[in-house]
Amino acid sequence: MSTASQTTLADQLAQMRQQRARSRSRVVTTICGAVLAGFAVTLCLGQSLTPPIDVLRVLAGSDVPGASFTVGTLRLPRAIVSIMAGMSFGLGGVVFQAMLRNPLASPDIIGISTGASAAAVFAIVMLGWSGLAVSVVAVLAGFGVALLIYLLAWRDGVTGTRLILVGIGLSAMLESFIAYVLSRAPSWSLQDALRWLTGSVNGATLGQAFPVLASLIVFGSLLLTRQRAIEAMRLGDDSAIALGVPVARDRAIVILSAVGLIAVATAASGPIAFVAFLSGPIALRIIGSGKSPFIAAALIGALLVLIGDYVGQHLLPGRYPVGIVTGALGAPYLIYLIARSNKSGEGK
Amino acid sequence: MTASSSPEFVVRTLRHSRRQWLVVVLFALLCASGLSVSLGTRDVVWADIWAGATGNTETMAQAVVAVRVPRTVLAVLAGAALGLAGAVMQGITRNPLADPGILGVNAGAAMAVAIGIAWFGMDTLDAYIWTAISGAGVAACFVYTIGSMGRGGATPLKMALAGAATSIAAVSFTIAIILPRNDIAGGIRMWQVGGVGGATFEAILPCLPFLIAGVTLSLLSARSLNLLALGDEAAAGLGARIAWARAAAALGAILLCGATTAICGPIGFVGLVVPHVCRVLVGVDHRWLLPFSALTGAILLICADVVGRIIARPSELDVGIVTAFIGAPVFIWIVRQRRVKEL
Repeated sequence: MSTASQTTLADQLAQMRQQRARSRSRVVTTICGAVLAGFAVTLCLGQSLTPPIDVLRVLAGSDVPGASFTVGTLRLPRAIVSIMAGMSFGLGGVVFQAMLRNPLASPDIIGISTGASAAAVFAIVMLGWSGLAVSVVAVLAGFGVALLIYLLAWRDGVTGTRLILVGIGLSAMLESFIAYVLSRAPSWSLQDALRWLTGSVNGATLGQAFPVLASLIVFGSLLLTRQRAIEAMRLGDDSAIALGVPVARDRAIVILSAVGLIAVATAASGPIAFVAFLSGPIALRIIGSGKSPFIAAALIGALLVLIGDYVGQHLLPGRYPVGIVTGALGAPYLIYLIARSNKSGEGK
Repeated sequence: MTASSSPEFVVRTLRHSRRQWLVVVLFALLCASGLSVSLGTRDVVWADIWAGATGNTETMAQAVVAVRVPRTVLAVLAGAALGLAGAVMQGITRNPLADPGILGVNAGAAMAVAIGIAWFGMDTLDAYIWTAISGAGVAACFVYTIGSMGRGGATPLKMALAGAATSIAAVSFTIAIILPRNDIAGGIRMWQVGGVGGATFEAILPCLPFLIAGVTLSLLSARSLNLLALGDEAAAGLGARIAWARAAAALGAILLCGATTAICGPIGFVGLVVPHVCRVLVGVDHRWLLPFSALTGAILLICADVVGRIIARPSELDVGIVTAFIGAPVFIWIVRQRRVKEL
């Protein structure tokens, strides 16, 4: 009798697990479809409508009068950079949130993207640099600031709380540095530098997309292989060690990869406000908590940037960079999220 | 028990050392003001300072001094207001990291002014002040409400995160407002970094009533802040009306922050650093701490302004940048000092 009921219980559990896995892959497929649909719409529909056939022909490489320039040179690089940067922000953000066990502890709030953009603004305005050099400096500064936060938070080990607070302090300093450099900027480079303040994919080129793609492949796969370790670290260091996770080594790898994703993406598009911050919680909400949200968060990030950019370009009066739109969209959601997470005690 | 550790002795030495410190701080304020008038991008001699200070503007050097006098006055007022506001905020929230900049109050004030200029065509100083004060008030209530929701009340971490997130949203919104308006972008850029350059007595005067009201409210709440420091239950048991005490003190701090932000733009970290220094000097009694914070805040802001003028010759560094570079390390130091559980 008792064995029979145990078997049924085990069966039920197994069945439930399968169902959950199936529902998660269904959700991920749906989001993936949404990103593709967004990609297609951005390619076809801008100031003017390009027939899908023409778009496909341009993508296939043939020269279509009237469509080659708009689709091939303007819309395609922009859409690709949006998706790549969005994925990087989404994945990097959710990793930070999971590792620091705080939904508010995303890289844009604790100052990592601020570090990258401070360096970029300095290089553009003060040194007069442009192009690849700026990106390299931004990436290096992102790593540098992350390392600095880590070292400053070190005191017989690092706690999440101290890491976050040190990050907030540093980012306040960096922001005032950015504001100072911008106040020195001649007006022609102001628009360029403003990108580094809010994030924008204006004038994106395919050349900008390649580093982001490379970092997504390298760091993204590193992170995905460490999924279990991150999930275990979410339970706290002691539990993770008990579960057989080499915490120190894995944490170093995870931090390095997440910072890499954020810094490289920031170098391409500027710190697009709140994407890293929003993607994780949205993904968790869609697929349900207790499941690994990494891929879903990356896709949500891509979707956010695509939609935000489209809204800023075509649906609002005047043209706004994507960071402004996500920043404005993000603010009410942020309030809701803080209120909710505090209620459940996670925001502590 | 030896005589040197008896309570009366400790109190007496503390009282004695407080008076000494008061003299030291007042003297330092005097010296700093003197430096602020005499040092800067252009060198002047004592004769020019005397002539300029008495309203003579015949030579270039005398004119420079005549410009520096209102600037110094503004630095004193703003520094005192911010230092006092910081001490009050740290008292109300019992949070060592409270600061008008960290908690997003200055960003809220700046956003309100940007909205007023861009959408309602505001152009009088009075309107700026009222808008800035309401913006500061809304931001302060907002951050405090969000930060104190949920388990554990308003922990420093939650408050800091809520403030940082609110700042990002406010800055993002401010940029969204000014970006399409090329005509006002230059005018609003000053709302991103605070400075005391270009001050005139005409600009300072309208703020005075607000500052005086804010100082009065803050100083009057010193006793209730002392009670609040014991914890809400103990304070209520000792006869404090907690909600009223908090609200009155908060109103004082908001008036101070808003009025300061209206003339100078957002200046961060003065309110964070100053109370910590003063606690080392005079202890935790708010009746001493608050006036000391005001005096020390004035000294800090004058010195920051002088440093900004000297290190970036021949141009100037806005005082908000200097205070951020002084203040952020202090912030990090405080974070490192406290045990994790307290934060």
